[in-house]
Amino acid sequence: MAEVDQKALFEFLLRMGDNTLVLGHRVSEWCGHSPILEEDIALANTALDLIGQTQLWLGLAGEVEGKGRSADDLAFLRDVWDFRNVLLTELPNGDFGRTLLRQFLFDAWASIMLGRLQKSSDPRIAAIAEKASKEVAYHVERSADTVVGLGDGTQESHDRMQAALEYLWPYVGEMFQSDDVDAAMVAAGIAPDPAGLRAEYDALIGAVLDEATLTLPKGDFAHKGGRTGYMHTEHLGHMLCHMQWLQRAYPGCDW
Amino acid sequence: MARPSVEQVWEWLDAVPDPEIPVISLVDLGIIRDVAWDDDTLVVTVTPTYSGCPATSIINLDIDTALRGHGIEKLTLKRQISPAWTTDWLSEKGREKLKGFGIAPPIDGTAADGVLAGRVSRLAHGTNLTIECPRCGSTNTERLSQFGSTPCKASYRCKDCLEPFDYFKCI
Ligand SMILES: [Zn+2]
Repeated sequence: MAEVDQKALFEFLLRMGDNTLVLGHRVSEWCGHSPILEEDIALANTALDLIGQTQLWLGLAGEVEGKGRSADDLAFLRDVWDFRNVLLTELPNGDFGRTLLRQFLFDAWASIMLGRLQKSSDPRIAAIAEKASKEVAYHVERSADTVVGLGDGTQESHDRMQAALEYLWPYVGEMFQSDDVDAAMVAAGIAPDPAGLRAEYDALIGAVLDEATLTLPKGDFAHKGGRTGYMHTEHLGHMLCHMQWLQRAYPGCDW
Repeated sequence: MARPSVEQVWEWLDAVPDPEIPVISLVDLGIIRDVAWDDDTLVVTVTPTYSGCPATSIINLDIDTALRGHGIEKLTLKRQISPAWTTDWLSEKGREKLKGFGIAPPIDGTAADGVLAGRVSRLAHGTNLTIECPRCGSTNTERLSQFGSTPCKASYRCKDCLEPFDYFKCI
């Protein structure tokens, strides 16, 4: 394995782990509030998988960093500017349809990314990707199915899904932006260039959105700043207030 | 105390119930990947079912408690995530017990592979998977949700005896 800058590797692992952490927490906000029991349980299951994957990614991040920080330390004791998730994952849930569309837009990316990472030159990353892929395969099937059901549903559900797509679309591009961290990962054979996943992604979501009778918005403007930590939306800070409250108020609290 | 054989340890572990589905053992579940002696320390390698499975820490505690109860003093539990756990590893005995408990056992080779998302038109008409009702044996059943009461199960309903049941889904 080529020598890799450990700081860049740490950064890459934070990006993977913060995506699943922030989205997992967002999805868990539905627990007890979904339109029907089966959907409630399905969302809670999805959130649980994402949090489980977070433990693997952030656990490895802490190991690579070498300062003795655990996955929990990284999740609960960092401030908003230290998070490296894409902005898409931190957006508020909105209605049920927007939550599921956000989930689908993320799942589609995750399923492609994890497929590539199974061939990572770092066996620890390949192992996590192998594990997570199996779970994400179920997530993407379900979110795609629901996007089709709601998009090609009633006039009301269709309109809401189209509005959700208009709202979320400008946040899709960030998943495919590359920087120095990505270049270092590519050079070491650890991870693919995100930009190289776009064609496959477009084909996958294109087929599903088409089936869902939804129209892709024009233009490719993309909000960015989440995965680089340059600037998050105002929403992440509010979310962290809820998520981190207990560990902040009672440091080291355990039960 | 004399060092017990690894076969003996496997037997002990086969008596430790899964905390969520207590009719099957941890060995039936296929999550015990290896038992070996490293000098005078017993090393048990365990793989998680789902990465977020909340039972994981309880399972480790149960293994620890059971083996210490049999007099094992030096014990290391090793976590191994690759190869990733698959329901193919469920024992035959475990599958029979699941059925008796009212949970339809997994049908091997039917795990989600994600490619279905690209073939949504077929998806929209549901899965072709035929799951037998563990209660009455009817195959006239329907899926209510791919995600059931725990990450490893899907919810089904029998259209003959009208009872809902869990299907241990393939992964
Ligand atoms: Zn029946």
